[in-house]
Amino acid sequence: MTEISVATSVPNAGAPPSAVAGQDERAKVSVRDLNFYYGDNHALKAINLNLVANRVTAFIGPSGCGKSTLLRIFNRMYDLYPGQRATGQVMLDSQNVLDPKLDLNLLRARVGMVFQKPTPFPMTIYENIAFGVRLYEKISKSEMDNRVERALRGGALWNEVKDKLSASGLSLSGGQQQRLCIARTIAVRPEVILFDEPCSALDPISTAKIEELIDELKEDYTIAIVTHNMQQAARVSDSTAFMYLGELIEFGETNKIFTSPTDRRTQDYITGRFG
Amino acid sequence: MAFEHTTKAFDSDLQELTRLVAEMGGLAERQIVDSVDALTRRDVALGARVVAADSEIDQLQRVIEERAVLTIARRQPMAVDLREIVGALRVATDLERIGDLAKNIGKRVNALDNDFHPLKLIRGLEHMTDLVQSQVKAVLDAYAAHDLPAAMVVWNGDEEVDAICTSLFRELLTYMMEDPRNISFCIHLMFCAKNIERIGDHATNIAETVFYMIEGQQILDKRPKGDMTNFADAAPGNT
Repeated sequence: MTEISVATSVPNAGAPPSAVAGQDERAKVSVRDLNFYYGDNHALKAINLNLVANRVTAFIGPSGCGKSTLLRIFNRMYDLYPGQRATGQVMLDSQNVLDPKLDLNLLRARVGMVFQKPTPFPMTIYENIAFGVRLYEKISKSEMDNRVERALRGGALWNEVKDKLSASGLSLSGGQQQRLCIARTIAVRPEVILFDEPCSALDPISTAKIEELIDELKEDYTIAIVTHNMQQAARVSDSTAFMYLGELIEFGETNKIFTSPTDRRTQDYITGRFG
Repeated sequence: MAFEHTTKAFDSDLQELTRLVAEMGGLAERQIVDSVDALTRRDVALGARVVAADSEIDQLQRVIEERAVLTIARRQPMAVDLREIVGALRVATDLERIGDLAKNIGKRVNALDNDFHPLKLIRGLEHMTDLVQSQVKAVLDAYAAHDLPAAMVVWNGDEEVDAICTSLFRELLTYMMEDPRNISFCIHLMFCAKNIERIGDHATNIAETVFYMIEGQQILDKRPKGDMTNFADAAPGNT
């Protein structure tokens, strides 16, 4: 069961309190005093940060630091598992994501997610995209064709698959499958896209394509990415959050974090001196 | 640094870069002293040795650049490591220029065949050289020890070098006006003084690099300057 302390409506949520990282810009997602527990394990401790609209926020840190956990809170993925609970606030615009009355299907349409391993459905390329759209909307065949094409173009995959839309999604290469998953995510017109190590199973060329795509996607979406590849975080993100042992240690401009971090632990981690 | 890198070879790469810069710095310091020694003693052979030894410094700069580029490619350094490597590249460039300027002085020894050699002027140049050499030594020590306050002392100290240079220019102008036969000698000395003064400028560049390496940002303040040689006039007080 999910235990929550909720403020169901927060006046003036667009103007978060001071002393919160990323406060001066248009916050799409505002995390306030967020704590998360896996049973007795206190996995996230008093996290405060903002995801700013049309910017890419990267989360870095050693394994087990809580970065993926944090990402999974943004679309309530943790609800799928028993014994996990969150306290605090995660405001998506003016709505608290942690509100137990929230329609999770709608939330996940607003906050899409791309996983480490490409997860195409065992169906055609066309259906991979159309399937998600049908869950939320009833549209005509021609509208759907249009929607699928736009999603595949948005996922930088259209030119490679336009002649084989009825082929199985599983017949694509790993990099293409991942872009199919991105296209599937954007087909339902989310506002936020979460990437959980989207390139860790891909070769350098596919990785470069995904990174280029992320750069294009930020024009329209708010993006959060968890990555173990520090160079990737430095390349694709505008802001970077360094997490360690469930705490947000440092959050700031990516350029600053990777050239001149403030906290000693951040410096030790990004320069490979940890442990 | 409190922690070593998980990859020990990375530490060795950085240590080797620092060692090469220190070696290059030692050579550059010796070149400064030798070049002015050759000048004051009219030691043509020593002047020639200074000119020849410059290639050693140039070679070290190439080695440092190659090592730095290789380390960047292999290790993708971040934060303090990245600044350390960029710092080594910048210091090596300054030291290479210092070597060139000392070589320029060495080259002039041969040309100083005039009988006119007022001891006072040579002393002035020697004094300026001592000061600049101590600046170079201090800033290289500050670089090796990551000692920001020491680097800032050098950064602020260049004003005095500039002031001595300006005063030397004034005196040289006076001698040239007194007797045109002094002009050739004095012009050479002027160039030498200017070279020494430029070496001092490179010492302050290195101090700025130390600032960048430690603070992670470029120095924004304007350095105090005392070089008025652009306006040097034979009659002091008229500038």
